[in-house]
This record gives sequence, structure tokens and C-alpha cells, in this order.
Amino acid sequence: MRKEDRNFQGILVFGETRSNKIHSVTYELTGKARNLADVKGCEVSVLLLAESLRDDPSDLFRFGADKVLVVQDPSLSIFNQGIAVNVLKAIIEAENPEILLAPATTIGRTVLPSVAAMLQTGLTADCTGLEIDPDSGLLLQTRPAIGGNVMATIKTPFHRPQMATVRPKTFRIPAPRNRTGTLVYPTLPKETFSSPIQSIHLQRAEGDGGNIQDRDCVVSGGKGLRRPEGFRLIKELAELIDAGVGASRPTVEAKWISYPHQVGLSGKVVAPKIYLAAGISGAVQHLAGMQTAQKIIAINKDPEAPIFRIADVALCGDLYDILPRLIERIRVERCERNG
Amino acid sequence: MTMNLAVLIKQVPDSDEVKMDPEKGTMIREGVSSIINPLDLNALEAAVGISRDIGGRVTVLTMGPPQAEEALREAIALGADRAILLSDRAFAGADSWATSLVLAEALRKTGPYDIVLAGEKATDGETGQVGPEVAALMGYNLATYVSFLDAGPRGVSVKCTVEEGTLYQWIPLPCLLTVLNDLNEPSLPTLAGKKKARRAEILKLGLADLELTRENVGLLGSPTRVVRIETPKITRQTEFFSARDLERGIDRVIDILKEAAVI
Repeated sequence: MRKEDRNFQGILVFGETRSNKIHSVTYELTGKARNLADVKGCEVSVLLLAESLRDDPSDLFRFGADKVLVVQDPSLSIFNQGIAVNVLKAIIEAENPEILLAPATTIGRTVLPSVAAMLQTGLTADCTGLEIDPDSGLLLQTRPAIGGNVMATIKTPFHRPQMATVRPKTFRIPAPRNRTGTLVYPTLPKETFSSPIQSIHLQRAEGDGGNIQDRDCVVSGGKGLRRPEGFRLIKELAELIDAGVGASRPTVEAKWISYPHQVGLSGKVVAPKIYLAAGISGAVQHLAGMQTAQKIIAINKDPEAPIFRIADVALCGDLYDILPRLIERIRVERCERNG
Repeated sequence: MTMNLAVLIKQVPDSDEVKMDPEKGTMIREGVSSIINPLDLNALEAAVGISRDIGGRVTVLTMGPPQAEEALREAIALGADRAILLSDRAFAGADSWATSLVLAEALRKTGPYDIVLAGEKATDGETGQVGPEVAALMGYNLATYVSFLDAGPRGVSVKCTVEEGTLYQWIPLPCLLTVLNDLNEPSLPTLAGKKKARRAEILKLGLADLELTRENVGLLGSPTRVVRIETPKITRQTEFFSARDLERGIDRVIDILKEAAVI
């Protein structure tokens, strides 16, 4: 839609729920939307889709929402892209938001481009920065481009809504404030909840630590482990500090570990608080997948390893010497703290 | 039963060859060869597999500069039956929406198709938006993050890899599926395939061949605009600990873990 087509106002957040609970990324985006709305002087609405929400949606007011729209239907028990697109499109057409933000999760990255194409507007994926241009009032969307080596700032000057997806953990959840808002349960036509697509079953992954993109810390192993069993040591350290387990592409290709663990351009891009890489030399395609981590700790035998150039702390030595010592030290620290 | 299958591919720089400029921290792309986006090879492998198993024809399409013809020939060597190059100066500078519009129009003109496949994202742009946008413009049923598929005459059973685990879905035809690399193991080109690729005719379509106007495509037709490009300075001051310094290095790591409230 062109900006002159309607009176577009406010910011809408396409919230994410999993198993009828509000996912943390919804709070992150609500907080960010609040900052932007304060600059623009407009309202923040949050849309939640669920079969039957178990969390209190009015909690989102304290994090910056002025209005929370809860759409509940039995058809929303398992994600169905056809239905989610219908619902979001109907809400956009009723609310006419000027800006639409969504998490860059599998759901957001499926629903948002579908809706953007239908509404004929722009969409910027995986933004790491969002601000309002003081002159034009437009949303400035910053994202890593060309493998994370440059940052591109993008705007959508003439089309509405201005749409962006944001990776979980990009923005912090703000401190809750004492504020309130309006809770709405919109009624949508029955056909909104039907789609030719059938969602049959969601088999939950167990014991694998979930998605490494959602973790505060990631501990990764590379070919420097020299053998598949080396990942036991990586997992031991990861468990100790509640980290996700990552891996370089060669180890995945050698089938030492499964693909969901692969970090890099051809795997997952992660931006944790702490990224610890052991036995990973640092091919560009790997570096592009983790270089925005807040702190990078690298362990490698080769003093010239490219990963050392982007590390905060470089430990040059044998990982089979260093990792057990590190694990031991963490255990000692824990014991001292606990008593 | 013959299935009309299409695969959307993109030519990308070979990221294994890209080197980092140690001074500037930017990528050195000069002299880097081009490859088919790796996930698009999984999409192609799946399409060739479906056509072999239940009968059909595989058309591979790409939008790009004239040299993208190379990628199409490679796709033919890998089993595609027909290749279409969408190339025109007017297409340059397209964002994901303007790219999707050209691809959708080309599918309409050369179709109808039963199943369209594409990689989940390309290694250069990394938006993952073109597949879903093309599906929406075509009115096709969409599935994303597909890691297993079983195609039949009426639809496709898929398994999609999502954050919570595996989502099982039934996607009726016509549909567009974006795929992940655990879907299959892409084959290598055969000698016969290479021979066929050399002789194959590549169908070339430009703006004049599609029902689109100059204002709708390329940079002009793109709703998004790049405001600026910045090269972030690597601000990290690396603290380097060699073999005799490791105890101090481990102390530093412990400090960092404590600061981040991990321990």
C-alpha cells in the first residue's frame, strides 16, 4: 500500500507465542517499539495469536504496549502459515499501522514476507538496529549485509506499513513500568481461520538444548577437536554455563554433530552475550555467523588463526589442555560462591 | 502423472573463497568465483528427484546479470530440463519485493507449475524473503524450512524444522517450498549432464517479455531504499595469551563469565 492510501498510524508488533505462552522476543520488541513510539509520539499495539493464552497479555502494558490484541481460535494450536497470514493481514487492514515489527523467527520470517508481498510494501530482514529518522519520521532499519561485514541502513519511504524483522536477543527487555492499556479480543470472520494447508503435528525436540540462536552463551567446536568425541568436552562446558552447543561447518559435514548446531553463513547466525570457539580457525563464513557476539573467546593452537583477530580473549594452546582447566576453574568458582 | 516443477536459483559469490582484508576488515571479493547458492542445490536435487520418481519436467529460473547463464547450465548438468534467465538492465538494484515480482511474472508466463522449490535463503543477501514473497504473489501454498518432503499428485507432505522441533504439514498443490540442507545430498554433475548443459538452449526473458513496467521492477520498483552502508570498525582489542600465559588467560575468561552473570 502507498502511504497516501490510508491514514497509517502507530506501531504494531506481531508477537510470538509458543505453546500458548508469550515468548520473550515479544517483550524485547514491545520495549523497542515503545522507544520508537515515544520519538514519534504514537501508540504501540501488540498482536498475539494463540489457541488459548496461558500468560496474562496485560503484562505487556508494563513493557510499553498501549493496546494488546489477542486472537484466539482452536485452529491456532499448531502454527499454520496460511491462517497466521490471514489473521495478521486482517488486523493490519483494521489498524493501519505505520510500522510493523516481528521477530525474525521461523514464524516471523514466513508470515512477514507473505504479508509484505500481499500489501505491496517493503520488508527488511534481521534488523540489528531500528531508529526513527528525526527529519522524515521514517523507520531506519539497520542490518548486516554481505555476510555481516558491512551494515546497511534501509528505509521504506513511500509504502506502508514499514516492515522489519528482528532476531531474538537483539534488543533487551526493558524494566517494567507502572502503566496500563487496552486489552482487545478482536472477532474475525470464520474463514480467517481456514487454510488449504494442514498443520498435522508438532514434534518437540528434546534434550538437544533448543535453538542456539535463543541462547545467551554458545560454546562451539571445530576440526581442532580432531575427533567426534571431542564434542563431549564442548557439551560438558556448555552444560556447566547453560550455553548452546555450536559447531563449524567441517565438523557438521564430517557428521560429528548435527546441522542445527552449525554456526555460520550456511548454518545459523548467532549473537550471544558470550561466544566461545574451541578449535575453530575462523573461515569467513563462520566468522560472519558469530562476529556480532558481545564477547568472543577463542581457543586455538595456531597463533595466526583468523578467529583470534576478532576475539576479545585469545588463548593460544591445546584445547585438550585448556578446556579441562577452564571447566575445573568454573566448578571451583561455583563451589566457593555456594558456600 | 507429470509434474511441472520449477526451481528458483541464485548465483552467489563462493564464500569459501572470500578472504578478509586484515587492515580494513572488509571482504575481498575480486577474483572470487560464483556458485549456485548452496541451498538452491538442495531444492534442485529435490525437484529432479520428484520428476524421476513420479514423472515431470524441471524448469530452473534465475534473475541476474547475463553471466548467471553459467549457473543455469550447471543446473542443467545437474538434471534440470529447461533453464530461463531473467535478465535486463531494468531489473538491477531490485530488493526482495521487486525480485519476487519478476520471478512471479516469469512463473506465470512459463507455467503453470505444480511445485516451485527454492533454497530457504541465499548466502549473500540472507533475507530468506524471496521464496515466501513469490508464493504470496502467485497465490501458492507456502511451506518454509522444509527438511523432508514426499510429493504426490495432490500435494506434498513436509517436515519443517522450527525452533520448537519438527512441524509436520500437508501442502496442497500448487505450492512453493523453501528448503534446508538436511533435505538431501546434492549430486555431482554427470558427464552426460555436462554434455547436455553445453548444448542446452537458455531461454532469455527481459522486461519487454513480461507483463511488467519499468516503474515496477529493479531499483525503481523497490519499496525499500538503502540510505547508507557502513563498515563497522572492529573495536575488539584482542588480549592474547600464549602457552606460558594460559593461567592468566583462564582468569580473564572467568572474569568475563562473571561479568555476564553466567557463573
